[in-house]
Amino acid sequence: MPRYAMVIDQSRCIGCMACVVACKRENDVPPENYRTRVLEIVQGTYPTLTTEMRSELCNHCDNAPCVSICPTGASHHEEDGTVQIDRKKCVGCKACITSCPYNVRYINEEHGYADKCSFCQHRLREGKKPACVATCVGGSRIFGDLDDPESEVSKILRRVGHRVLKKEVGTGPNIYYINQYPKRA
Amino acid sequence: MAFSRRNFLKYAAMSAGGAVLADTPFISAEARAKAEGGNVKYVPTSCEMCFWKCGAVAKVVDGKVVKLEGNPFHPQSRGKLCARGQAGIGQLYDEDRLKHPMILDGPRGEGKYRKASWDEALTLVAEKMKAIAEKHGPEAIAMMSHGSPGDYFTNVLKAMGSRNIAFPSFAQCKGIRDVAWELTFGHKPGSSCERVDMENSRVIVLLGTHLGENMHNSQNQEFAEAVSRGAKIICVDPRYSTAASKSAFWLPIKPGTDTALLLAWINIVISEELYDKEYVEKYTVGFDEVKEAVAEYTPEWAAQETELPMRQIVEAVRELCRYAPNVVVHPGRHYSWYGNDTQRARAVAILNALLGTWGRKGGMWLPAKAKFASFNDGNPAYPEASKPPVIKGNFPFAGGEGVTQALRDTTINGKPYPIKAWLVAGTNLMKSLPDQRLTREAIDGLDFFVAIDLFPTETVMLADVILPECTYLERHDGLFKIKTREAGVAIRQPAVEPMYETKPAWWIGSELCKKLGLKEYAVKGDGMDAWEDRMRRQAEAWGVDFEQLSKHTGYVTIPDSEKPYITEDNPPVFGTFSEKIELYSEELEGEGFDPVPQYEPVEQPPKNMFRLIYGRSPVHTFSRTINTQWLWELHKENEVWLNKKEAERLGIKNGQYVVLENQDGIRCNRIKVKATERIRQDCVYMVHGFGHNAPRLSRANKSGADDQQLISKYIEDPITGGTGMRVNFVKIIKEA
Repeated sequence: MPRYAMVIDQSRCIGCMACVVACKRENDVPPENYRTRVLEIVQGTYPTLTTEMRSELCNHCDNAPCVSICPTGASHHEEDGTVQIDRKKCVGCKACITSCPYNVRYINEEHGYADKCSFCQHRLREGKKPACVATCVGGSRIFGDLDDPESEVSKILRRVGHRVLKKEVGTGPNIYYINQYPKRA
Repeated sequence: MAFSRRNFLKYAAMSAGGAVLADTPFISAEARAKAEGGNVKYVPTSCEMCFWKCGAVAKVVDGKVVKLEGNPFHPQSRGKLCARGQAGIGQLYDEDRLKHPMILDGPRGEGKYRKASWDEALTLVAEKMKAIAEKHGPEAIAMMSHGSPGDYFTNVLKAMGSRNIAFPSFAQCKGIRDVAWELTFGHKPGSSCERVDMENSRVIVLLGTHLGENMHNSQNQEFAEAVSRGAKIICVDPRYSTAASKSAFWLPIKPGTDTALLLAWINIVISEELYDKEYVEKYTVGFDEVKEAVAEYTPEWAAQETELPMRQIVEAVRELCRYAPNVVVHPGRHYSWYGNDTQRARAVAILNALLGTWGRKGGMWLPAKAKFASFNDGNPAYPEASKPPVIKGNFPFAGGEGVTQALRDTTINGKPYPIKAWLVAGTNLMKSLPDQRLTREAIDGLDFFVAIDLFPTETVMLADVILPECTYLERHDGLFKIKTREAGVAIRQPAVEPMYETKPAWWIGSELCKKLGLKEYAVKGDGMDAWEDRMRRQAEAWGVDFEQLSKHTGYVTIPDSEKPYITEDNPPVFGTFSEKIELYSEELEGEGFDPVPQYEPVEQPPKNMFRLIYGRSPVHTFSRTINTQWLWELHKENEVWLNKKEAERLGIKNGQYVVLENQDGIRCNRIKVKATERIRQDCVYMVHGFGHNAPRLSRANKSGADDQQLISKYIEDPITGGTGMRVNFVKIIKEA
């Protein structure tokens, strides 16, 4: 069974938002809601500035607070390690939304259930990569199986220093952030 | 057919992602649909959300386009689409589209129209055009256009005997640059795309070119690749752009002084003997004259002029030279900045030549080697122009795409002859030309104005007759010659039938020819398949497999066309008079211009005013996409970037709404302030295209502010006619 993860090379992100629109279309995300976003975080004072391009989405945590808090079992782990929502079981109580330290969930107002990134589960079943990864113009989003030592994500994480968001909260996220891969110059 | 070796390798590389996640290999649109079964159809076509012409694949389920993806075979998209490309569905299903022909029913500008049939509308257009041509001559009918529809209406005008045809892409954008590079190398630096070998560059210099925000797909893919490989980026921009954030050197230059920096760089390259001596000797003329002409432009002087630290100026160019010739000074694209822009582009071209980048790995690749058989489907030659066109104004090097504001000037003043009718297709002139007052004055004086477009923009809603074109997802266009490192052919074909009563531009142009009594210039055949049949004949003439294009890959390579670098058996060919790179231009000298660029200072803003500069958002194409659902959602209104210290000085908070007033007392809509460290203190910046004044665009109307409204002043480049538009100054009015 695979164990899916995403590696985001922040140095390659050019902030073009192709991922955001691809996701919206692929998953019929309602107006004004998003399953992923790209933050451009600039620090320093003119003219000495630095930027972090940070793509954010559901971290599909190993130790997911949204799963443990969900009163109905709608938010759950699948065998492939991803966190998914069983829409039929979801009562829209928003407990998951308040428990998520990454602020990546929303309520689908039309149907009443909570929703978020599924790693494009429907595409994975067809052997396709998530829509955001498939269209990432900068090649910043890399997706694969951590249980396969030969997968691109496994290889990168062995070779390159990486971090996760809010490590201190102990959620065991599966979105890894790196800078400059492959670094050959 | 089939795949060229290159395509095969692309496919092999794509499916090498691992066994578990081997993405469904896209070998053929038809095969993929068959494999998925059901009511799924995949249609390979070409995007027109901007003008990069990426290959797209439309997924159609039960007659509706549900997803757009990048065509992996097409070199402009390489399997990916940008945000705008993904959002093409939003344009197709936009409720605000023009739906049927309309005829003005009241005074021009009041927006009252009545619905008309195609026959009635086209009959009226033909009658009006005929009457004007009979009374004033065919040259009294002018056309302005952008994008694919232009071809079909150019045909109509030329068939009538008018050559008064102009495209804003010349004088309001990249024409200036193209002329400068033609004068230097005898070639344009490429259009879509520029021939920059960024994938392999060790150092990339960007002057005001904000890749990332200026979202041209394959170019950005290569830029990200270069950054990831550790290529050094030297970014010259008064604003800390996304590209600047990736750079080893950000040079926050004083606006308007780029030529000073370039000339000092050329001076350093020559005086420190960092240029490619063998290359310069072999391929260029005029080196000694350049050496002499730039001697006065010292780094000390440039530091003062540009307000950049001298150390930074010198270090950046030395770094550039260290890796030459595997480096590139990007030729840029939007070039109409200050009214002396040809000489800036010449300086960029000269610097590239001295470093020997033309035809070198990581520099500028050589044009693909491919000849396409000429094909005009047996149409007769056009009649001679009734009178010489006015599209070149008084600009000796204005190009064939024409100078739009020269047409506008003649329309207003009637000199040397009257222009009485405009046909405008696919361009929103109120937002693309500087000084909206003149555009409006010209339109108000017309006897007849017909607009062909997708949306009821502010320009369209001034027309006497509005003809609704269908979107790129509903029509055939092309075939397109694609010139990247290799040459290829791509197709645009409908994913779905045209909605409402919209029609493809080829059909509108062809029917118009028939109504004008110019049937011999119309598309052969009568049905809606006529253009597709013509495309088949064209494919045959070009030796390209039409079935392969239309049903399978959407793009085919011309074999053996890719010869990007100079080798012994692939010498560079320069299309100049001397057949060399002309560092010193006798052509310019012959018309009384500086044969080597000289520095001319530009006017600086008065106290308490800021220079207005403008640029792009990655999710919008000029003003064309603001109304498109997902794009509008992501970027609904523009902000005015203001240096944080200036904001504090003026007592303006981040996020506060203000109004800008320019030197002519013109005020824009209210606009939100972005108080930021990311811009110099002497200028403000906003994204172009917002602030529509078009009530029928339900989302875009009045959203944000219109930079073009504030660009009431422009300075014409005397060489090309390019309109320098960064010459306007604004003050900030707090009470919005």
